[in-house]
Amino acid sequence: MAPPPSSTSSAVTLKINGDKHTLSVDHRTTLLDALRERLDLTGTKKGCDQGQCGACTVLLDGRRAVACLQLAVAAEDREITTVEGLAEAGQLHPVQQAFLDLDGYQCGYCTPGQICSAVAVIEEHAAGWPSAVTDDVRPEVGAPPLTADEIRERMSGNLCRCGAYVSIVQAVARAAEARMSQEAAV
Amino acid sequence: MREFDYRRAVDVSGALALLDADPEARFLGGGTNLVDLMKTGVERPARLVDVRELPLNGIESTDNGGLRIGATVTNSDLAAHPEVRRRYPALTQAVLAGASGQLRNMATVGGNLLQRTRCGYFADVTKPCNKRVPGSGCPAVEGEHHNHAILGASEHCVAVHPSDMGVALTAFDAVVSYETAHGPGELPLAEFYRPVGDTPHLETALPPGALITGVTLPPAPVAADSRYRKVRERASYAFAIGSIAAALGIEDGVVREVRLAFGAVASRPWRARTAERALTGAPANAETFAAAADAELAAAKPLPHNGYKVTLMRNLVVAVLTELAEEAAR
Amino acid sequence: MTTAPTRKHFVGTAHTRVEGRDKVTGAARYASEIPFDRLAHGWLVLSTIARGRITSVEDTPVLAMPGVVAVLHHGNAPRVDTDYTGLLGTAPDPTAALFQHDRVPHAGWPVALVVADTSEQAREAAEALVVHYEQEPHDVDFTAEHPDAYPLDSHLPAVAEKGDLEAELAASAAVVDAEYTTPEEHHNPMEPHAAAARWDGGRLDVVDSNQGTLWVASELANLFSLDPASVRVRSEHVGGGFGSKGLRAHQVAAVMAATVLQRPVRVVMTRRQMFSLAGYRSPTRQHLRLGADADGRLRALEHRCLSLTSTVHEFVEPGADPARTMYDADAHHTANHVVRLDVPTPTWMRAPGEAPGSFALESALDELAEKLGIDPIELRVRNEPALGPVSGLPFSGRNLLACFREGARRFGWADRDPRPGLRRDGRWLLGTGTAAASFPAGAAPSTAAVTAEADGTFTVRINAADIGTGARTALTLVAADALEAAPERVRVRIGDSDFGPAFIAGGSMGTRSWSWAVTVAAEELRERLALGAAVPPEGITVRSDTTEAVGALARKERHSFGAQFAEVAVDVDTGEVRVRRMLGIFAAGRIVNPLTARGQFVGGMTWGISMALHEEAVRDAGTGGHYGADLAGYHVAAHADVPLVEADWIDDPDPDDPVGIKGIGEIGIVGAAAAIANAVRHATGVRHRHLPIRPDRVLMAGRHA
Repeated sequence: MAPPPSSTSSAVTLKINGDKHTLSVDHRTTLLDALRERLDLTGTKKGCDQGQCGACTVLLDGRRAVACLQLAVAAEDREITTVEGLAEAGQLHPVQQAFLDLDGYQCGYCTPGQICSAVAVIEEHAAGWPSAVTDDVRPEVGAPPLTADEIRERMSGNLCRCGAYVSIVQAVARAAEARMSQEAAV
Repeated sequence: MREFDYRRAVDVSGALALLDADPEARFLGGGTNLVDLMKTGVERPARLVDVRELPLNGIESTDNGGLRIGATVTNSDLAAHPEVRRRYPALTQAVLAGASGQLRNMATVGGNLLQRTRCGYFADVTKPCNKRVPGSGCPAVEGEHHNHAILGASEHCVAVHPSDMGVALTAFDAVVSYETAHGPGELPLAEFYRPVGDTPHLETALPPGALITGVTLPPAPVAADSRYRKVRERASYAFAIGSIAAALGIEDGVVREVRLAFGAVASRPWRARTAERALTGAPANAETFAAAADAELAAAKPLPHNGYKVTLMRNLVVAVLTELAEEAAR
Repeated sequence: MTTAPTRKHFVGTAHTRVEGRDKVTGAARYASEIPFDRLAHGWLVLSTIARGRITSVEDTPVLAMPGVVAVLHHGNAPRVDTDYTGLLGTAPDPTAALFQHDRVPHAGWPVALVVADTSEQAREAAEALVVHYEQEPHDVDFTAEHPDAYPLDSHLPAVAEKGDLEAELAASAAVVDAEYTTPEEHHNPMEPHAAAARWDGGRLDVVDSNQGTLWVASELANLFSLDPASVRVRSEHVGGGFGSKGLRAHQVAAVMAATVLQRPVRVVMTRRQMFSLAGYRSPTRQHLRLGADADGRLRALEHRCLSLTSTVHEFVEPGADPARTMYDADAHHTANHVVRLDVPTPTWMRAPGEAPGSFALESALDELAEKLGIDPIELRVRNEPALGPVSGLPFSGRNLLACFREGARRFGWADRDPRPGLRRDGRWLLGTGTAAASFPAGAAPSTAAVTAEADGTFTVRINAADIGTGARTALTLVAADALEAAPERVRVRIGDSDFGPAFIAGGSMGTRSWSWAVTVAAEELRERLALGAAVPPEGITVRSDTTEAVGALARKERHSFGAQFAEVAVDVDTGEVRVRRMLGIFAAGRIVNPLTARGQFVGGMTWGISMALHEEAVRDAGTGGHYGADLAGYHVAAHADVPLVEADWIDDPDPDDPVGIKGIGEIGIVGAAAAIANAVRHATGVRHRHLPIRPDRVLMAGRHA
């Protein structure tokens, strides 16, 4: 079977923060560039464009991913959540609120990526995923407590050159505690 | 990045047909390595065949008590899987030691095995590199090589394989399954990567146009007591300068069975069979661990600036086997 | 009847960032994020050789590629004028004077700009552009002997000498004589350098990421021979700078292309390009000789620092300068030399001079303390100078010992056994170390305008830059105090060259200089309003200019000080070093906003961790270019490298500043790497004099110890 004639662009429909956007993309266009240069969703940042800094972290089908290495054409049919989609009805997401209150940033450029990553870290931990600093990864042992060291390891894919790590970790811990106490109350 | 055609495959035969064994076409999995290499100009495919949605994303127990892992299973799902954590904890640890949470959510098992070296000469198209442009030379031999190979390299290439996952899979005798237009095939991981020799650009023994469909781990009860330790130049989110996957079974103070594999020392995950042979049947103590490491590393040919890796790997063997022995004694 | 509200002091009270909501929701827009109609994308092409000349640029095939609208290079680019002295008193770095000749002075020199309709098209066309060179042999080897190195002045003279060094060394009871090195380090702000330029109604409008819009605007006006009033540069949010965001190739390229094409053009550096185009901190080789009496009093202090610069522009990393502030000695010799190599021009990077210089000096003090058997803090107590060791001027305030006392108390220094290699936690050897810190405290002339609006709010306009420092919030609090108004009623607008002259975000002088100007204008406005002036619809605006007041400051030794403490764990089997905790106590003037100020100190200390253990740009001798020029090859500290770093301060208002500010942006990194290296020595018994303290260095040093 001969493949159909080749093309270098495609029409795609991207589901972003609950809205559908149909656009024609050059196949070379990454999700990051589609967001920033085509859809005016500039909250997702470009720090290295090589998967080495985490500034472009978004949620793909609820899981964190770097948008710079995700081709836009390959993101069709996936649920994409960016930092612009976290607040609900003007109410900041608890992670956003914790970053604001605890000064979990300085220049703010890595911040959307840190926040999206933190949202996912809290979910991954709740799902029982171990990390590289988890002493015993066997399932019987269960998820480790979300200590500062666990947060640091899990957040390490998000570089912050201003050096705001200390307050970022405190913000993630506060948001995680809020989520856990909320669950305990339910 | 040149313009390229993009196709999404829904089944394995369709993927193979779309690729059509075209040397200018590539399978796209998570894209964490391929898209980066396309941006830097190292890879310039004319067509991408997206295989991320192929039905190869399962992890199942095999009849004999091993595990079969689909090629499109993400690194995250592999690491989090209860049977992997229970039966092959070093594999979970190895995967979690690699990259970042974001990248592990994207990267696939098949792509991880096929990722390219992170040698800075390979990744920079303005510099010579025999792996990227055969015959152009290897500047690392006389240039920057403090994180290059000490084992199994050649004068033509001293780059190391960057995978953590592959080191654990190697220790546990994983077998790679693939499909081609002419039928399926299998390659033990030990034979999956070709020797460097004078053809560093030919990295695997996969036939042209082959699609990795999965990895099978044979049963290995010893792997239940296994560990992965990785040393790198920052505490996380960095490639290894040396790593080890180890499993140790001890009876009456004697090594009954041992698995050892090294990372970041060779062009492939390095199974330390010489050390394993020296250890099997020997008393489980620091002296035999060190002697076994020395036996393995006797073949090392360090360059002027990476001789520390010999010391590092020796120390890692002793430290990790000692830890495993102490845990077994408890 | 109304009662006068009780006056609140907002300065000194924690306040979340006024732009915080925009930053956590993604609404804050940075330079590459402002949309323009008909925007074209420029992509720089850099040289692949390290020295030689361009013989041809094959632009014809590239111009035929999809979407490509221009290829600018030395054969067709507009001419620029570089014969001027800029706002900061220096000539422009020729690296920014793009495409003016065929010479290539270093690898990564900009040789062309490709402009296309989309960024994908521009990138591919830039990759496809073939440039032919005539290559010449290059020299990039800083480690070799350099007899042609020469002394170069910075803001201080290159050389300062008093006393007979050899005689004092000979008479000393203990001598330290050692060489220390620091590698090439890069700022790597998370936001890459980016600018969009367009002509709008006869004015050049540039949206840029920089540390001073008027600085960049005036450089562009000079380069392109434009009326300064016809150039506007805006920079509302800046994703980090650390010294790297001044005039750079991207702005000049964008202006050239926008001028040639008469459409808006955006140029963004790639992360890799930043390693060649954004400036960096020179590597240093530093020779220290200290001689002391048995009681620790310094008889001899020699600090010689060698750094490098390019063949096209002079810049010196003055690592010998901190010794001129910190310690006196009967013989006191300091010298900063440079050597010219075929490399890009270095520039200011967070605590230029002080960061690498303090590593060497404060390590050497630790070595001396050990030789003398004196506690390292006590050694510093015994060498506390009454006057500037070189200047002879009085200190405006010197609370160094108070920092050490408070730090030692909180860190638990008194319990420390000085013997190395004794403490163990599993596979980790533990150790602690300390070091002193200092950084110049200065102010520079600035102007501000404060408007009382008819609705009862206030608008402050000042050409400040908030590169993450929290300046916007600090100025809000300063204005609120001066106006006796709640911060919620004060709107601070910054980052627009149309707001007039103000100092840059640099030298730890920004917030102090701007606060001064804001305070003067706001106080005068408050007085006018207090007289009962009615506010017309256009408001009442008061302007200030601090040129005269700042110029009237008496000559003194003006510095911030600090004491750094670190605890490290070292695995001698693998060479891994982890910092377990850090504490910095600072005397750095009045703290305007404790919430964001703590971030400045802790951020600087985090840079110290990164400098001590991770950062190192590797130059490939063969090609003369970088090896691993990206964030996987150049490691900055990640989350997992940074423990609970604590910073605090003692009361230390500057008596000569209207708000009492000194400056906090840089001192956090000073001495931090030395404290860590001293802790590694304490943990392992091995002295590391070469940064970064990589696993291989620890591992092999352990072998030979």
